[in-house]
Amino acid sequence: MKRALGPLVTLVALLVLNAALQRALNPYYFQVLILVGINIILAVSLNLVNGFTGQFSIGHAGFMAAGAYGSAMFTLTVGQRFAGALVSAHLPQAIAQGAALLVALLLGGLLAALFGYLVGLPSLRLRGDYLAIVTLGFGEIIRVLILNVDAIGGARGLPGIPHWANFFWVFLGVAVVVAVSRNLAHSTYGRALFAIRDDEIAAEALGVDTTRYKVTAFVIGAFFAGVAGGLFAHYLSYLNPNSFTFIKSIEVIAMVVLGGMGSISGSMLAAIVLTLLPEVLRPVKDLRMVLYSLMLILLMITRPQGLLGTRELSFGRLFGRRPATEPRA
Amino acid sequence: MSEFLQQLVNGVTWGSVYALIALGYTMVYGILRLINFAHGDIYMLGAFIGLYTSNWLRAGEAPSPAKAIAVLLTSMAACALIGMLIERLAYKPVRRSPRLSALITAIGVSLLLENGGALLFGADPKFFPQLIPSHNIALGMGVTLSNQQLIVLVVSVVLMTLLRLLVLHTRVGKAMQAVSHNHMAASLMGISVDRIITFTFMIGSALAAAAGVLVALQSPKIEPYMGIMPGLKAFVAAVLGGIGNIPGAVVGGLVMGVAEVLVTGYLSPTYRDAIAFVLLIVILLVRPAGIFGKAVTEKV
Repeated sequence: MKRALGPLVTLVALLVLNAALQRALNPYYFQVLILVGINIILAVSLNLVNGFTGQFSIGHAGFMAAGAYGSAMFTLTVGQRFAGALVSAHLPQAIAQGAALLVALLLGGLLAALFGYLVGLPSLRLRGDYLAIVTLGFGEIIRVLILNVDAIGGARGLPGIPHWANFFWVFLGVAVVVAVSRNLAHSTYGRALFAIRDDEIAAEALGVDTTRYKVTAFVIGAFFAGVAGGLFAHYLSYLNPNSFTFIKSIEVIAMVVLGGMGSISGSMLAAIVLTLLPEVLRPVKDLRMVLYSLMLILLMITRPQGLLGTRELSFGRLFGRRPATEPRA
Repeated sequence: MSEFLQQLVNGVTWGSVYALIALGYTMVYGILRLINFAHGDIYMLGAFIGLYTSNWLRAGEAPSPAKAIAVLLTSMAACALIGMLIERLAYKPVRRSPRLSALITAIGVSLLLENGGALLFGADPKFFPQLIPSHNIALGMGVTLSNQQLIVLVVSVVLMTLLRLLVLHTRVGKAMQAVSHNHMAASLMGISVDRIITFTFMIGSALAAAAGVLVALQSPKIEPYMGIMPGLKAFVAAVLGGIGNIPGAVVGGLVMGVAEVLVTGYLSPTYRDAIAFVLLIVILLVRPAGIFGKAVTEKV
């Protein structure tokens, strides 16, 4: 009973906030909030690969693109009819659309996970910077392929995706990815990932099947990036290959590094900061991106370990109730 | 057949530009283990400094070889200075930080140069004056080479030869090799590691600037974001050849240039951006350390 309480409270809170925020916030703030949510999913999922496992992936935008296009194509071909059938079976529209969206997101995530598996395989042979450049290459290849396939819009982009994602779905995604990451960090699985990050050879000597764990980290990270892509597609209703360039991957890495490698709450905090920063800087117009890059450099010089290092923020510790006995993540 | 040879000639010309940029990546990586993401933007700055110098010299109105050389040298010198400043102000403070923080710093510098460039030069494309009037030289078998392509090839070969002489036969070059092997041992031998690192950045930036001017000579539209893609591909070229390896960067650049031109010519121009990465993945799966890279066995 107690175990089910947390998820239940989260669900209710999300539903209430969903109804309240849509009315209370002006559309611009609301859109920024949604983007914050999507970026949190991306950053926390990349943190699984880069922060937990110490693998250096800079192709996250490619997974996001795979998920975005995969889920959008499902919705456009099957999902809309599926939602229509549910509505004619006297289900409320919100539930019918939600069900169709959920299927689309899962399929998009699975497609991205498949790509994650393919990219994870070279990590058997490649290390460090070489692996990084291969992941970058995969990301770019996915983008160029999308550009060249006319059936999914090519360079024109893919319009007309139903606007099904809302606050509830985006932040449900956030809750799920954070819960999965947290549970992973505290499981034997997570311990193995940290061991690989800290010293791969020692981990292998202790009997950790490094290959399997590394590939798994890639697959889980890619899955959630795909889900984030699906949410992005169903929120903006339009996809363009230019949204998934190498710059997007870089943005997500900046969030993970700035937050502190391996820290889930750090990734979340940095995702919020780095999404809001360009928006806050909007009034200075032309100087905006210059200031953004300057701040990035200064932050890295003054806090190279990231905002939180490898620590986690927790309410308990914040109010001094619990001693810091939590294992280091 | 003659078409194929023509493509090959174009590919080698284009590849020598990649090679010039790749050299900077590979030298900095060899010495600092840092992927200097801002390197492609130095190439962009090289083109813009070349543009302002040629406007100042009125090189577009009355072209002369002396002015063209002056433009090239000014741009190289200015970029060497910029490279030094970037290293001192941005990279030196993070040298002892985790490598990913250094990488993010490099990305920050790259964004700064691009957006600063857009602010300073304007985001719209600018036209580079024609420093050397173009004419074609027939090479026989239906292959032609423009005099501009010839200049690109000659200047690249001269610069690469100078670099090779510098690295292999001068004191500072030997110091560079020593630092790339081991910082600590080099400093114990009395080498000022900081000074060598700065020097490496200056040389690499000057080469990138030369590449910028050479490209602007042939395709005169330049804009502040022009460095992103060539920079990325030059880095791929460096990895292809075995990063940290100077001849490897040249070979990697040439392979990449030829592959791109062939794909554009025989397949489709839209796949041009993908071939670099396909090639990279295939080669790395066969030879994980690149064509000339030595596989390093990790010792416990």
